[in-house]
Amino acid sequence: MIVSVASGKGGTGKTLVATSLTVSVENSQLLDCDVEEPNAFLFFPEMRLLDRRECSVTVPQIDEELCVHCGRCSDVCAFNALAVIPSRVVVFPELCHGCGGCLIACPEKAISEVPRRVGWISRARSGDHELVWGELEIGEARSTPLIRDVKRHAKGDTVIVDCPPGVSCSAVESVRDTDFCLLVAEPTPFGLPDLALALKMLERMSIPRGVLINKSGIGDREIYSYLEKRDVPVLMEIPMSREIAELYSRGVIFVERMRGWKERFVNLAERIRGMSG
Amino acid sequence: MKQIVVISGKGGTGKTSIVASFAACASGRAVIADCDVDAPDLHIILNPVVRERRDFFGIRKASIDKERCTECGACVEHCRFDAIKNFEVDPSACEGCGVCMLVCVSDAVKMVEHLSGHAYISDTRYGPLVHADLFPGEEASGKLVTMVREMARSLAESLKMDMVLIDGSPGTGCPVIASLSGADLALIVTEPTVSGVHDLDRILDVAEHFRIRAMVCINKYDINEETSENIELACNGRGVEMIGRIPFDTNVIDAMVRSVPVVELSTPAACSIKQIWSRLVTSL
Repeated sequence: MIVSVASGKGGTGKTLVATSLTVSVENSQLLDCDVEEPNAFLFFPEMRLLDRRECSVTVPQIDEELCVHCGRCSDVCAFNALAVIPSRVVVFPELCHGCGGCLIACPEKAISEVPRRVGWISRARSGDHELVWGELEIGEARSTPLIRDVKRHAKGDTVIVDCPPGVSCSAVESVRDTDFCLLVAEPTPFGLPDLALALKMLERMSIPRGVLINKSGIGDREIYSYLEKRDVPVLMEIPMSREIAELYSRGVIFVERMRGWKERFVNLAERIRGMSG
Repeated sequence: MKQIVVISGKGGTGKTSIVASFAACASGRAVIADCDVDAPDLHIILNPVVRERRDFFGIRKASIDKERCTECGACVEHCRFDAIKNFEVDPSACEGCGVCMLVCVSDAVKMVEHLSGHAYISDTRYGPLVHADLFPGEEASGKLVTMVREMARSLAESLKMDMVLIDGSPGTGCPVIASLSGADLALIVTEPTVSGVHDLDRILDVAEHFRIRAMVCINKYDINEETSENIELACNGRGVEMIGRIPFDTNVIDAMVRSVPVVELSTPAACSIKQIWSRLVTSL
């Protein structure tokens, strides 16, 4: 079972929930797909790093000996990553999506592909859990190739995917092909519209979902009636608590310190298993 | 005209509450731009009245004509994004490269433009707001951010306003880069948690990478005063100015529920935000 933990709004507690689920479920694996700001590993200070390797995409390289500057490569490039000037071809690697269109279009076979690093993938072990996370290079705009790479590491009975916030490419890539998506939301006026967007995204992707309300007790009750009306189950509530916030601030997973919560997360995982597609 | 962008790296540190308050402080002198197009929330506080709506077309995506398709498989073989299944294009996976069209021998693939969202120019009680909505699951949020920024900039110029105030998105990737590039100043809102510290370091690297002047403020600093001290030391070490601290204050959520900027209430967080605003204006 692969469970993604997502939200529209940032800072609602995805990492708090993903790490809590991980330490509660035996032998579970945690994949941190929030590669722009990977945080989950910070909560496992005693982890043992297994390896750290580069994640690369391919970008075109022009053999100027063969190139006749016909301009076909730049004509087919949908991302404006190639510009042909009379004497040479200029490649803008950061705009390239690595589709390979230019290679196919080049009549002179003057284009080859070379790797370009877009980030790093680390693997670590903490007790009976494996952690895998991606870390996007600074200044790099596209996170999806790295997210895909992190997700290729999925293995085992229970895989938990910590997703980036938002509802566009990187969030879509992270929740794609997961069996269930747990949306973490806060019951505030900012939390509701962002949750609604995330629900729409999941509906388009036909992924089964449920909601965990974090910091319950703050804000208002709008979110509850919204979810009830749409028949979206609220699977758990974590109350607003200064104690939890302070533990989080120090990098401590609160279920390790506060009684009864691990059992609740085990039950949550079982319920999700039953609801998974 | 100056462009100030508020970003955070980590999500949920309070960007939007702070920008809404800045909008109230700058009342009438700034165009406000909500560039968090994935989760736009500024409108909840500012209650905009839409004056103009523009269509946003993201990327063109492939579409296969069933009548013409001979199911030869060339498109499936060449698509590097696994976007073609059973000779149908999965729009959520298609990146719009057009390789399928290039390799199709039956001329069955077309690249189709489609509506991916809207951008708006609105009036609010504090001045004009440019905002947008991206349809959930769409790509090219960076392109929409650029559109919002361009609309805000030209609006500020035509209205002869001093400033564009930008609410950015979390992260370090494409929408963040789009909201940051060319700004005069980035205010980074962080919080004293292990995640906040880690993400602050990364977003400061991003600002440095694009040569944008950055300042830092710590929200909810009293959740962990020791970590707040360490953040200040780290900022000093990097030569980044610390512009203020905001206390943990539940009135911030009350303000949100009442749809008013925090600075409209008299509460500890409001005082700190006002102070930060005046320092920000002075330093411009």
